[in-house]
Amino acid sequence: MDGQYLNPKLSPEGIPPNIQEIRAAGNRRIVSILLAVVTSSFLFAYAQPPLYKAFCEWTGIYDIDRAQRVAESSIPARAVKLEFDANSHDGGLRFSPETASLSAKTGDIIHVTYRIENTRNTTVIGQAVPSYGPQHAGGYVKKLDCFCFKQQTFAPHEVREMPVVFVLERSLPDDVNTVTLSYTFFEVPAGSVTAPAKPGESRT
Amino acid sequence: MQATHTAGAADHHADHGPQPTGLMRWITTTNHKDIGTMYLWFSFVMFLVGGAMSLIIRAELLSPGLQYVQPEFYNQMLTLHALIMVFGAIMPAFVGFANWMIPLMIGAPDMAFARMNNWSFWLLPPAAILLTASIFVPGGAAGTGWTLYPPLSIQMGMGMDMAIFAIHILGMSSIMGSINIITTILNMRTPGMDLMKMPLFCWTWLVTAFLLIASMPILAGAVTMLLTDRHFGTSFFSAAGGGDPVLFQHIFWFFGHPEVYIIALPAFGVVSHVIPAFSRKQLFGYASMVYAIAAIGLISFFVWAHHMYVTGIPLTGQLYFMYATMLIAIPTGVKVFNWVTTMWRGSLSFETPMLFALGFLVLFTIGGLTGLVLAMTAVDIQLQDTYYVVAHFHYVMVAGALFSAYAGLYYWLPKWTGHMYNESLGKLHFWLSMIFFNIAFFPQHFLGLAGMPRRIPDYAQQFADFNMISTIGSFGFGFSQLLVLVVVFQTMKGGAKAEARPWDGARGLEWTVPSPAPHHTFEDPPAFNPAEAHG
Repeated sequence: MDGQYLNPKLSPEGIPPNIQEIRAAGNRRIVSILLAVVTSSFLFAYAQPPLYKAFCEWTGIYDIDRAQRVAESSIPARAVKLEFDANSHDGGLRFSPETASLSAKTGDIIHVTYRIENTRNTTVIGQAVPSYGPQHAGGYVKKLDCFCFKQQTFAPHEVREMPVVFVLERSLPDDVNTVTLSYTFFEVPAGSVTAPAKPGESRT
Repeated sequence: MQATHTAGAADHHADHGPQPTGLMRWITTTNHKDIGTMYLWFSFVMFLVGGAMSLIIRAELLSPGLQYVQPEFYNQMLTLHALIMVFGAIMPAFVGFANWMIPLMIGAPDMAFARMNNWSFWLLPPAAILLTASIFVPGGAAGTGWTLYPPLSIQMGMGMDMAIFAIHILGMSSIMGSINIITTILNMRTPGMDLMKMPLFCWTWLVTAFLLIASMPILAGAVTMLLTDRHFGTSFFSAAGGGDPVLFQHIFWFFGHPEVYIIALPAFGVVSHVIPAFSRKQLFGYASMVYAIAAIGLISFFVWAHHMYVTGIPLTGQLYFMYATMLIAIPTGVKVFNWVTTMWRGSLSFETPMLFALGFLVLFTIGGLTGLVLAMTAVDIQLQDTYYVVAHFHYVMVAGALFSAYAGLYYWLPKWTGHMYNESLGKLHFWLSMIFFNIAFFPQHFLGLAGMPRRIPDYAQQFADFNMISTIGSFGFGFSQLLVLVVVFQTMKGGAKAEARPWDGARGLEWTVPSPAPHHTFEDPPAFNPAEAHG
């Protein structure tokens, strides 16, 4: 900014008579600079996602893609046989996998569907609990989504198809060639469902 | 009127026809004094609203267990309390001081952009309504804490959208206000008043306004990204789509840390006027004060991740942010020592403004020291999200910003109203505030050190006693603030006539105009006497 548009200094002649005009011109110049600062600041926020990634990669101080690289591990994929099983302790529920077995590769994302039918005239609340064969293979099954994560409520005669999405890790021990994924459906007895605390109720 | 009064430079009502009266006068006003008054009243109303919310919080924490509110509502209260106090009370209060005092201090007829000034103010009530009304929408208000961290802020109901829009509007208001203040200070000073002869309050606001225009748009960007993540399928912060929730924390605190100094710096400015006036000495170390303000403003942009030590930032980062944060203690220390040295061998008197300034000095120093404790990574990992942090920032925000605002209020009230306030009531207000503030917040240090987490409506038995003390203190503090209302109404209605310069130690151009300050002042630039400089 040159002096012509800045707030006038006190000269030997005193206050310049056109001080209002000088100020108005200066105000316009300053405001345009400040608006540029505001705009670039806003854009700077939007530049953060790419900058953040670039900065982390450049310095190596934070490994932003670590999770992804673990999935693409250097261990080669290999073929494994997968078997699916379902059990119910309750004659009123029909619980079965849509696919009994399939051949898959380690590292693939696998989608399978289980089907459950409530043959009774009453509502059933319950939860499926997984188990694995061989048991130690369970640690290599990484579930992204599963109906077993939550309690389920079935209306009378309701039929529902429910997904399981998982990855079998490539680090699966070499001696395991068949993995069985088995679910057992347990009914939650009526009245044992945990209710949220009521207001005024002391938790002491 | 002189022919030189051209449009755009300033507003001159005398040139106009009949002026609107009643409500329309306030809606249409472009006068910096009217707008300053409206900012101050607005901030006081919001202060009471935010204060009522904090009393709901403290009532719930009076004893262990859930007594009065549900956890979701408790979270909404603490979120709105913070947003309202930061954006609705403290910031508009100091913008109000800036509007009233900066043109008077630098000898300008009005703010540089008088119409934009009106708009800056009138954006605030809609934003305040959006924020407070969000309590009543389905799902309630935002309950994330004022930091609005995803993933929770991506999942919340429409109250979150209302908070985001309110932040947009408040941000626009502060950006326009800041542009106005910077332009006024840089370009409207009376001839002869160099930057280094300018009153310190103007310096603190100049730096604050730069911090605002650089950091507010970043917050606006961050909340806009949140909004598009919520509704338009983007994944800036949503991990399910490849975004990074920690990135939001970086962006938020890149705004949020300068925001801390946006609140603190104008408070420093007010105190730098009050302490010299009641010590009857010039401010000690004016130039070092200016450099300290600039240094604080600059460093504040490079310390943001000290709020994020537990997010898994690398050791290099932790060390850098720890040392950089501690560096801020140096310019802040310069300021504290300069205020103390100003009082050294001064002819001190203890009217209400001085009492609040001294209260500020003592309590702000405590808050600053606990801030240094929290700056240490190893300690912070233990204290993160505990009541120690709550105690720390209330010492800085309440005892820092609010006490300083009260010092400024009592100091300039005679200039605004033309009457002296009731000194005994003012002193009563100070002592009640000082005592109850410490009863409310000092025990929270102990609670935090013992491990009580913040933002939880319930707590373990061993925290019961200190929480009860804290709640008693907060109710005492809250209700003693109503005294201000009494004092201000009394002073507006009458009282001893105030002279143009009611404080014999006060310096600066604002004391050369009569009390109450006429509607129009300094239409022609006043003569500036450098000996009167350095408020």
